[in-house]
Amino acid sequence: MVTIYNRTPISRRELLRRGTAAGALLVVSGSAVLSTQEAWGMETTALKPETMATLIQMARDVYPHDQVPDKYYAIAVKAHEDGAGKDPAHKELIETGIADLDQRAGPGGYLGLGWEEQRVKLLQAIEETPFFQAVRGGLVVGLYNQKEVWPIFGYEGESYSKGGYIARGFDDIEWL
Amino acid sequence: MAAPYELTDDGVVVIIGSGAGGGTLGNELAQKGIDVVILEAGPRIEYEDFINDEWDSFSQLAWLDKRTTSGGWRVSKDFPNLPAWIVKAVGGTTTHWAGASLRFQEHEFKTLTNYGKVDGANLLDWPITLADLEPYYAKAEDKMGVTRTTGIEGLPGNNNFKILKAGADKLGYKECHTGNMAINSADRDDRMGCQQTGFCFQGCKWGAKWSTLYTEIPKGEATGKLEVRPQSTAIKIEHDDSGKVTGVTYADKDGKLQTQKARVVCVACNSIESPRLLLNSASSKYPDGMANSSGQVGKNYMRHTTGSVYAIFDKPVHFWRGTTMAGIIRDEARHDPSRGFVGGYELETLALGLPFMAAFLNPGGWGRGFTTALDHYDRMAGMWIVGEDMPQEQNRVTLHKDEKDAHGMPIPDVAFTDHPNDTAMRDHAYRQGMALYDAVGATRTFPTPPYPSTHNLGTNRMSEKAADGVVNKHGQTHDIKNLFVSDGSQFTTGAAENPTLTIVTLAIRQADYIAEQMGAKNI
Repeated sequence: MVTIYNRTPISRRELLRRGTAAGALLVVSGSAVLSTQEAWGMETTALKPETMATLIQMARDVYPHDQVPDKYYAIAVKAHEDGAGKDPAHKELIETGIADLDQRAGPGGYLGLGWEEQRVKLLQAIEETPFFQAVRGGLVVGLYNQKEVWPIFGYEGESYSKGGYIARGFDDIEWL
Repeated sequence: MAAPYELTDDGVVVIIGSGAGGGTLGNELAQKGIDVVILEAGPRIEYEDFINDEWDSFSQLAWLDKRTTSGGWRVSKDFPNLPAWIVKAVGGTTTHWAGASLRFQEHEFKTLTNYGKVDGANLLDWPITLADLEPYYAKAEDKMGVTRTTGIEGLPGNNNFKILKAGADKLGYKECHTGNMAINSADRDDRMGCQQTGFCFQGCKWGAKWSTLYTEIPKGEATGKLEVRPQSTAIKIEHDDSGKVTGVTYADKDGKLQTQKARVVCVACNSIESPRLLLNSASSKYPDGMANSSGQVGKNYMRHTTGSVYAIFDKPVHFWRGTTMAGIIRDEARHDPSRGFVGGYELETLALGLPFMAAFLNPGGWGRGFTTALDHYDRMAGMWIVGEDMPQEQNRVTLHKDEKDAHGMPIPDVAFTDHPNDTAMRDHAYRQGMALYDAVGATRTFPTPPYPSTHNLGTNRMSEKAADGVVNKHGQTHDIKNLFVSDGSQFTTGAAENPTLTIVTLAIRQADYIAEQMGAKNI
């Protein structure tokens, strides 16, 4: 049994006919979330894989960077899977939070809303809730402290081992 | 050779804290042949072990013991348990500081006289003048190797500075340069020159930036007259029936309580922990806390009027490369009430790495308004505002009513609310900063709110009269003659300048006084 989540509920046959050209797709298979375009998947044991797929989309909607692949958002929210495994209260917080978002979204759920603006509107309505703040707060470190993400933003990270920038462009600005 | 002292040795000067105040005072006294024990709450981490990574370094160095916040400041909402970004390690916040070393201006020692009475502010003149401090400022600058003093060359300007300078020129500012920095521009004092590595806030892995960790402390230890005891958390200052202090009870590295006897005690734990310790040392003789007959212990908490302005340009800047605080504009530091506020402010370049930019650019912010700023991270320039804030009695450090730390000591609460003068100054600085970057072609600017405080000041303030403050002009408490305050908490008012140079200056001066008073058997 393979459950495929897309922006709008469509038949599996239709999806296969279209291929994945319409955009990045997260596929839920058994207990895993798989990316059809990027070569990665994530097993979940505490959270429902559907919940994780929605959480990844929510993470991108909270801190949207179009040049950052889904994989890094998935890594950024993985702490909630780990947290849910250790703490039933955390599991409850995330599962109910996502269920609430799906309900607010109507038929098709959160992932069924095609436009970021539509999803953001829902998020704005819940931004003071502990659920939203837990997800957003976790992302600040979870997303932006991934060393693999830094080069996407041009940030060079550690420099001591390279002797600093004294001979590597600390004053190389030319356009002034 | 570090000198170990017995707990029962009642001839030692015990200094609590090893930062700019405590570390300097300890060395100065040891150089005079006085026996010193420094109790430091944090561990000893040598500079080669510092980490070029913002969050990892934060975990390594920051003071993370729980504190609470109250009042109207935004830090209280965004970082309710992190009022201050300071360090718990040998060397204190001199491991983290940026290095800016500016003398106070003459008028800033007499704010009540020069600004007049400001509604809601608790202004007071310092009992000392710039002239009193000038010879000690010169000693401090030499000790710390401050650029553009003592014949030391300035640092070269990085990309962030070049943008600041170009904007300063366009706005007609006259005093803009790469600062007076306690960062070696060339090898000096057995320490190497700046390698433009960035990560000044994470501890300088070259030792190019002055810190008591690798200057004052080893120099003091080399005399055989200074022992630094890390992981020793002061709990209570003890006194005898006459009221004189006799020692300090502290929790050692295993959490066991010990009492170190003392001839003199100097409190230098930064402006949150210093009043906390005095308040926690209440006894039947001192029911309101130690040295608190004025009721001013913990009050008048100041943190400088701060904020940042970041800007995005259409071409790369790479502002994280090189010295974090790479340049300064001093034109707005003057007192000129025609701007709509008293006192003045400095503008100093600042850069954050991507992880801290995400945390501090607009705490709580999300969505594309926020993320499109970070999308252009490599095209950002930035500056920090540091200006004089108004002392107010209700801005204060108190002991928490219910919550206690692992040693059973009430945790501190830090209450702060901006004075209207602070807000007017910050708004002015935001406008100037944004105009400066606009003048160089910025496509978007960000007036960024204050971070958790690094400049914590004023909670044991210096006063001529015992009724107005906690310590006299030598940092000696008005109430107890062998008890001193040796950190920024003794500042009567905050001035516009970064405080470390003045803390070091006061410590050098205080060492002379303590030695003289000990010699005369007055203490």
